[in-house]
Amino acid sequence: MVKLGRRAAFAGALAFTGVAASGPSKAQSQELKIGIKTEPSSLDPQFHTLNPNIQVAQHFFDALVLQDENLKTKPGLALSWKTLDDTTWEFKLRPDVKFHDGSDFTAEDVVFTYERIPKVPNSPGPYTIYTRAMKSFEIVDPLTLRIHTNGPAPLLPLDLAALSILSKKAMQGPAPEGKTSAELNAGNGLVGTGPFKFVEWQRGSRIVGERNDNYWGGKPVWSKVILRPLSNNTARVAALLSGDVDMIEDPPTTDLAKLKNDPKIHLDRAVSNRVIYIHLDQHGEPSVGIPDTNGKNPLLDKRVREALSIAIDRKGIDDKIMEGVAVPAGDLLPYPMGGTRKDTAVDAYDPAKAKKLLADAGYPNGFHITLGAPNGRYINDLKIAQAVASMWSRIGVKTEVDAAAPPVFFKNRDSFKYSAYLAGWGASTGELSNALKALLATPDRPKGMGTTNSGRYSNKEMDAKLEQALVTNDDAEREGLLAEASKIAIQQDHGLIPIHFELSVWAMKKGLTYQGRADQNTLAIGVKPAA
Amino acid sequence: MIVYIVRRLMQAALVMVVMSILVFVGIYLIGDPVLMMISPDASELEREAVRKALHLDLPMWQQYLLFVNDALHGNFGKSFLAGQPAMGLIFERFPATLELAFMSLVISLALGLPMGVYAGLRPHAPGSKAIMTGSILGFSLPNFWVGLMLIMVFAVMLPDLIPGWPRLPASGRGATVDVLGVKLSFLTLDGLRHLLLPAITLSLYKGALIVRLARATAREVLPMDYVKFARAKGLSERRIVGVHVLKNIMIPIATVSGLEFGQTVAFAVVTETVFSWPGVGKLLIDSILLLDRPVVVAYLVIIVFFFVVLNLVVDLLYSVLDPRVRLESRAT
Repeated sequence: MVKLGRRAAFAGALAFTGVAASGPSKAQSQELKIGIKTEPSSLDPQFHTLNPNIQVAQHFFDALVLQDENLKTKPGLALSWKTLDDTTWEFKLRPDVKFHDGSDFTAEDVVFTYERIPKVPNSPGPYTIYTRAMKSFEIVDPLTLRIHTNGPAPLLPLDLAALSILSKKAMQGPAPEGKTSAELNAGNGLVGTGPFKFVEWQRGSRIVGERNDNYWGGKPVWSKVILRPLSNNTARVAALLSGDVDMIEDPPTTDLAKLKNDPKIHLDRAVSNRVIYIHLDQHGEPSVGIPDTNGKNPLLDKRVREALSIAIDRKGIDDKIMEGVAVPAGDLLPYPMGGTRKDTAVDAYDPAKAKKLLADAGYPNGFHITLGAPNGRYINDLKIAQAVASMWSRIGVKTEVDAAAPPVFFKNRDSFKYSAYLAGWGASTGELSNALKALLATPDRPKGMGTTNSGRYSNKEMDAKLEQALVTNDDAEREGLLAEASKIAIQQDHGLIPIHFELSVWAMKKGLTYQGRADQNTLAIGVKPAA
Repeated sequence: MIVYIVRRLMQAALVMVVMSILVFVGIYLIGDPVLMMISPDASELEREAVRKALHLDLPMWQQYLLFVNDALHGNFGKSFLAGQPAMGLIFERFPATLELAFMSLVISLALGLPMGVYAGLRPHAPGSKAIMTGSILGFSLPNFWVGLMLIMVFAVMLPDLIPGWPRLPASGRGATVDVLGVKLSFLTLDGLRHLLLPAITLSLYKGALIVRLARATAREVLPMDYVKFARAKGLSERRIVGVHVLKNIMIPIATVSGLEFGQTVAFAVVTETVFSWPGVGKLLIDSILLLDRPVVVAYLVIIVFFFVVLNLVVDLLYSVLDPRVRLESRAT
C-alpha cells in the first residue's frame, strides 16, 4: 500500500509540474476513469437488485444470456438455448471459458450460482424475482444445462440475463451461501469471467478493475478501469471538465448546451427503456384529489382520460424542460423493443379537442385535481409535473402539484393518496410484459400482477391477452399478444398517459465514443477510442 | 475532576437515547425503507420476505427494543442497504472527514490568527481594514458556491487558459498511506493536492470567524494592566504580543475552534458533496434519502458522543490555558 502511495505521489508530482496534463500519453490512453452517478450498495451480485450494482457486476461477471444495447438477448456464457417442452429449457454453454483465477467455467458453476440466490441473507432487494420460474436443474454434461420450470416460462432467458455467474470454487465458505456478501465486498471470492478483474473497492471513492487478457469476448481495450461515484451533478461535470475522469454518465440537462459546445467534449445518447407516465385513479368514487364534482370521479370516463392526454404538449416538454433528452411516448417502451409497434401513434397536442371531450363527458367547466409527483427521482420530474399542471389548467382542469421526496411519494402512491400521479418505469427486460404486468394488469399482488398499478386500471380483455402472452413460448406470437394488450390499455382505454421516454446521455473526452444502452448502464467495455 | 467527567458522559448518554428515539420515530413516519430498496418488479410475497428479514414487520416499539438490545451489546445494527455493520461503514469513512476538517482548521488558524492579531494591534491600518472587509465575505459566501468557484477557477479555467499552470483535482481523495490500518491521504503529495480545494472551502468561514474573534480579544487585552506593566518593564514588542497577549487570546479561540471543528466533522456534507469527498457526510445524506435507519442512528450517536468529548476537551484546555478556571466549581 505504501508502495502504491509513493507511485501515486510521484504521478501527482508529475501532474503538479504540468507534465501529465500536457497531453495523453500511451499509458493514459489505456486507463479509463468513469464518473458514475450512484455507488453500488454491495459488490455481491446477488445482494440487491439495484441498477448501480448490476452495472458494476457486469464489469467483473457475465450472465448466461446477455442483452445488447436495445436489450435484445444475445449469447453470453451460453451459446444457444431452446425449449425442449413447455417446462424445460436447455442451454448449451460456451466452451473454453476461464474464470479470473484460471479455473474452467462449467454447468456446476451455473447451478451453484442459481442455488445461492435464495440463501443470501438480509437482501433489501432479492434476486429471487428472477428465479421464481425455476423448479430444478439438470446437468446433462459439463456444457449442457437443463432448467425445469414451474410452468411455461418464455421469459426465462431474460431472467437469466440479470444473474451474474459466480465461480463455485472461489465461492466456497462456511456460511450457507458460501462466501458472504461482506466477503465479496472486500473482494474475497469476487471471481468472475467478465472483461475486468476486480482490484479494489474504496467505499465512496473508487472501484478499480484491471483487464482480463483471456476474456472470451476479445481482449478489452482498457488495461485499467476506475469507476468513481460522483453523485452530485455539478461535481460530476466539473470532474469531466477538469480531466479528473474521462467520461461521466447522466450529465444534468442544464449543462448539456454548454457541454455540446465544448470542443473537448463528446456526447453520446441512447433512448432508454424508461417511460415517464401519469397514472389516473380509476378505482371508484369519490377520488381523493378531486373535491368539486359532487363525489363523482371524472377519471372513470374514458373521454376525460383522453382529454387529459391530448392536453399535454409533449414536444414542448421535451424541448423546453428536457433540453432534448427525451422523446414523446405513446407506449410503455420505445420501438423496436419486444411487443412494441412501429406505427404506435403519440397522442397529438390538441387543447380544443380536449375541451370538447371534457364538455361531452359533462365537465364543460372542468374540475380541480391534485397531481402527485416525486421530487428528484426522475430527470426533471417536478418540472414536468408543473408543466403538465399548467397545460391541464388551460383546458379547465385546475391542477395543483403535490410534490414530495421520493420515500414520501412512494408511500402516498402505494396507499392511494393521489388521484393522478407522475412516475417512471424502466422495463429491465426490454419487452412489454414487464411494464404491462406492473402498471396496467388488474392488481393482484400475491400473483405479482399490477404491483405498481396504483391508478387501479382494470380491463379483463387486456388481462387475458397479457396472461396468455406470459405462457407463450413462441417469441413472435407472444410479442403480438403484448402489442394487442398494450393497444387496448393505452390507445383504446387511455388507462395511463405515457409522456416521454428519457434519453440517456454520456459525456466524455473528445476521442472516446460510447455505445449507449437502453438500460442506461455504463459499461467500460462499450467505451472505445475513436479510430 | 473524575466526577465532573462522569457526569458529562452521563448527560451524553441521555442525549443519545432521546436522539435515537427521535430518529426512529422520524424515519418510521417518513416511509417504508423496503419500498425504496426493492425492485418494483417484486411481488407482495417477496416484499414481505424482505420486511421480515429486516424486522420491519414488527411494531415500532419492538423494533426499537431490538435496537437497544443490540446497541447495549455494542452492535448498532446492519445497514439495510449494504448489509454490513453500520458502525463499520461509518468508521471506514471517518478518517477522510477528520482529515478534511483538521486540514481546514489548520488553514483557518494559520491564516486567521495572525491576520486577526494584526488587525487588533493596528486597527486603523489599511491592511487591517482590508482584512476585516475580507472576513465579511468569508462569513457570507455560501459554502457550495465557493467550492464550485474554486473548482471552476483552479481545476478548469486557469489550467486551460495558462499553459503549464498546475491543474488541481476537482473531486475525490488522492493516494492514501496506511498508518496503523487507517488510510491517510495528507501524507502524500497527491493526497495534499486533492485536499487543498475542499479544505480551503471549509476553512473560509472558520477563518473569518477566527479573524474577528482574535481582533476583538486582542483589542480587549491590549489596554489591560499586565500588558501595560510588561511594556513598562521594557519587554520587547514580540514578547508582549507573542506571549502575554496571545496566551489570553487563545481561550476564546480554543473554544470556537473546538466547536467549529465538531461542526465541520458532523456537517461537512455540502463541501463533501461538491468535491465528491468520500467522507461520512455523504454517507449520511445517502442514508437519509434511502431511509437506511441503522446508519442514520449510528451516525448521530457517534456525533453526539463526539461533540460531548470535544466540549470536554475544550473545557479541559481552559484549565490549562487559564489556571483561574476550576473544573469542579463549574460542574456544580
